[in-house]
Amino acid sequence: MASGLHQSEFKNPVVRWIDQRLPVFTMMDKEYGTFPTPRNFNYLWNFGALAMINLLIMIATGIFLAMNYTAHTSLAFDSVERIMRDVNYGWLIRYVHMNGASMFFIVVLVHIWRNMYYGSYKTPRELLWMIGVVIFLLMMATAFMGYVLPWGQMSFWGATVITNLFSAIPLVGNSIVTLLWGGFSVDNPTLNRFFSLHYLLPFVIAGVVFLHVATLHITGSNNPLGIEPKGPQDTLPFHPYYTTKDSVGIVVYMMVFAVLVFFMPNYLGHPDNYIPANPLSTPAHIVPEWYFLPFYAILRAVPNKLMGVLAMFGSILVLFVLPWLDGSPVRSMRFRPIARWLFLLWTVNFFVLMWAGGKPAEGVYVLIARLSTAYYFAYFLVLLPLLGKIEKPLALPESIAQPVLRGGGPLPGAATAQPMEKA
Amino acid sequence: MALRFVKSAALAAAMTLGLAAGAVAAEGEIHIPDTKYSFDGPFGTYDRGELQRGFQIYKDVCAACHSMNLLSYRNLQDIGLSADEVTAVAAGVQIPDGPNDNGEMFERPGRPSDRFRHPFANTAAARAANNGALPPDLSVITKARVGGADYIHALLTGYEEPPAGMTVMEGMHYNKYFPGHQIAMAPPLSQEGQVTYADGTKATVDQMARDVSAFLTWAAEPELETRRAMGVRVLIFLAILGGLAYAVKRKTWANVH
Amino acid sequence: MAETPAPSSSPPAMGGGQHHAPADGSKRDFLKLVAGSFAAVGVGAIVWPFIHSMNPAKDVLALASVDVDVSHITEGQAVTVMWRGKPVFVRHRTPKEIEEARTVDVAELRDPQTDQARVQREPWLIVVGICTHLGCVPLGQKPTDPRGEYGGWFCPCHGSAYDTSGRIRRGPAPTNLAVPEYEFRSDTQIRIG
Repeated sequence: MASGLHQSEFKNPVVRWIDQRLPVFTMMDKEYGTFPTPRNFNYLWNFGALAMINLLIMIATGIFLAMNYTAHTSLAFDSVERIMRDVNYGWLIRYVHMNGASMFFIVVLVHIWRNMYYGSYKTPRELLWMIGVVIFLLMMATAFMGYVLPWGQMSFWGATVITNLFSAIPLVGNSIVTLLWGGFSVDNPTLNRFFSLHYLLPFVIAGVVFLHVATLHITGSNNPLGIEPKGPQDTLPFHPYYTTKDSVGIVVYMMVFAVLVFFMPNYLGHPDNYIPANPLSTPAHIVPEWYFLPFYAILRAVPNKLMGVLAMFGSILVLFVLPWLDGSPVRSMRFRPIARWLFLLWTVNFFVLMWAGGKPAEGVYVLIARLSTAYYFAYFLVLLPLLGKIEKPLALPESIAQPVLRGGGPLPGAATAQPMEKA
Repeated sequence: MALRFVKSAALAAAMTLGLAAGAVAAEGEIHIPDTKYSFDGPFGTYDRGELQRGFQIYKDVCAACHSMNLLSYRNLQDIGLSADEVTAVAAGVQIPDGPNDNGEMFERPGRPSDRFRHPFANTAAARAANNGALPPDLSVITKARVGGADYIHALLTGYEEPPAGMTVMEGMHYNKYFPGHQIAMAPPLSQEGQVTYADGTKATVDQMARDVSAFLTWAAEPELETRRAMGVRVLIFLAILGGLAYAVKRKTWANVH
Repeated sequence: MAETPAPSSSPPAMGGGQHHAPADGSKRDFLKLVAGSFAAVGVGAIVWPFIHSMNPAKDVLALASVDVDVSHITEGQAVTVMWRGKPVFVRHRTPKEIEEARTVDVAELRDPQTDQARVQREPWLIVVGICTHLGCVPLGQKPTDPRGEYGGWFCPCHGSAYDTSGRIRRGPAPTNLAVPEYEFRSDTQIRIG
């Protein structure tokens, strides 16, 4: 073998020739073929792969929509309806893209939930988690700008309200808003730049996803028990075990997706967005898309403009420091008798926030939103740090392959002492 | 563990739903009565006769004030008109065009590729002719209103005498289903037999309102039938693929469990 | 593939297991084949809508015809109309031009076609104004334009010269100017497309 060439294990001469010069096949095999993966994943571990697929679907449909979309205030609405009526399969591509955004948030929210339930953000996966939060933020920015593009009433007023959030910044707020708009109101320059950024950001997301996966493949995956694999008996090669398991999840996901696209395509949308944008008339009841509702509720729960905006951004930014707020060495909530219930309550609370965000900001809804906001932050800033000190975790199993404790009975001392030790 | 997880998830869902249900019941919103249509439900399809009657209502009644910017005469082939009938409908309308070689705008008979004729030259003209109110474009109206076709039907049949004690403003009309109850549009379908249907259907107000609501639903979602038919095929395909994928997964994992 | 009871993170052994009945393995292979084929069909079905979305949309197809009023085009004059985003030349030919177009020896032409085959009514020559070489618009519509040595059109890009029947006579263009589908709806109305 010539010096300087990669040592390739592949037999096929073409594959081998390429692999010696550019070892992509070796890499793929290492990362997706033989990659040692904990053997005890449940179906919640499908959602990372689902998110990846969803990103690809959004990029593919988005590219084809952009071929027919016109980013101009007087043409945008009609160009979208032209896609729906005249472009071959345009309705399909647009409804997949539109509902794909909702599917993306469902998938990613479950992915994040799974992370929090099984403590995947804890050492050594803090950076993996933080990169994930970056992806989530980028997704929200992309979804927001995409929602503006059809230039309906909700597009316009959503853009107006969200960009106005920045006016809460002391001193420079108004200048920043003018800069974002490229004018003195949301108008054609705003629509144009949102289209440009909406096209760009998914590729940025794809880049950050690459970093996310690269980080994952350094630390390896967490698992429902939250204990590290202690040897080969605790892991399976990714292929064929998890490729086949992911395939099942992908088909189920596609069925849910198909029900939305084909039978209830506008269910998650808002009727007002089928009214062309009118800068002279605000709809009676502005609500963002469902996936922004919890954060919108937090914004409105705080009576002060600046504090409300800070609380809203803070509700996401707090996730960045979650690995350090949670002081417990035990990852999986299965072994945390108190935190488990408080986290499930946090989950319910998240849905309450989502519901409150869709209600008018008046009367009892404000009170509910405030209580929910308080619990949202209290969970992260008070309860988790406190539980790390006072909670007594259940005994951890010996290993993944032997989930039943030898000899039975809890071993609380041993469990808290070295629960994260790697074999 | 799994069972406990399911139980806690169910509890969480029940708590959320309970809260939501209580709050919904507390609101005193206008209740829009449900109207039965052939396109209701996940597998419903359009009734071509109903759509054609609905188009007749639009053409003879609504089109005097309401535009349908997004529709072209050629689209009418979808509701069962032949190519010749579409050409005839289009030719019966004068469409503004131009400028001609002398730089002047002119009117010519419509062609199937033309968009539906606008009743007014521009929105200012529309407002001026309608007491300051702008008649909305009806192209996607059923997608743009909560309740869709049910709402349109309710609105068209919802004109009444205002309840005692309520004063309706000059030029406005009381409608029990319109948000705020005061609508600028005069009752468009006011008497039985306002139009004569070619197929002999009795033109009651309810029938006319129902037909035009169906037509407007088609106008907003012309892809509905194709979409649902494709959806059925896609789901059947995915169900089989899902079964196969699950079988492969089971076989693969057989020696692990 | 991997038939080993998967206790290891080493590469899965190719070619089936030692301690399993062969029937089991072949059953799974068949299952995988069926599942794989199904998935492939699905992917194919997904790709088509994307490709087809790039074909002309319904409104584009609906606008594929244009009506031209030729009553004001006097003998020797020509107009250019837009059809499918391309110029169409409508020329009202003089008797001399018709004469020239008809006396040519068809056998000598690069793209042999008689004038009669290219027009429906003698004076009216209707051709797509796109040079068949590389798509430029030939000159010759305006009275001041050069019409080339054959009196038809002259393409400034690479010097193709067309005659009064729109046939290629000199230069790199391989074929005659295309004749679009059209019909005389009356003596003064032509519908192109």
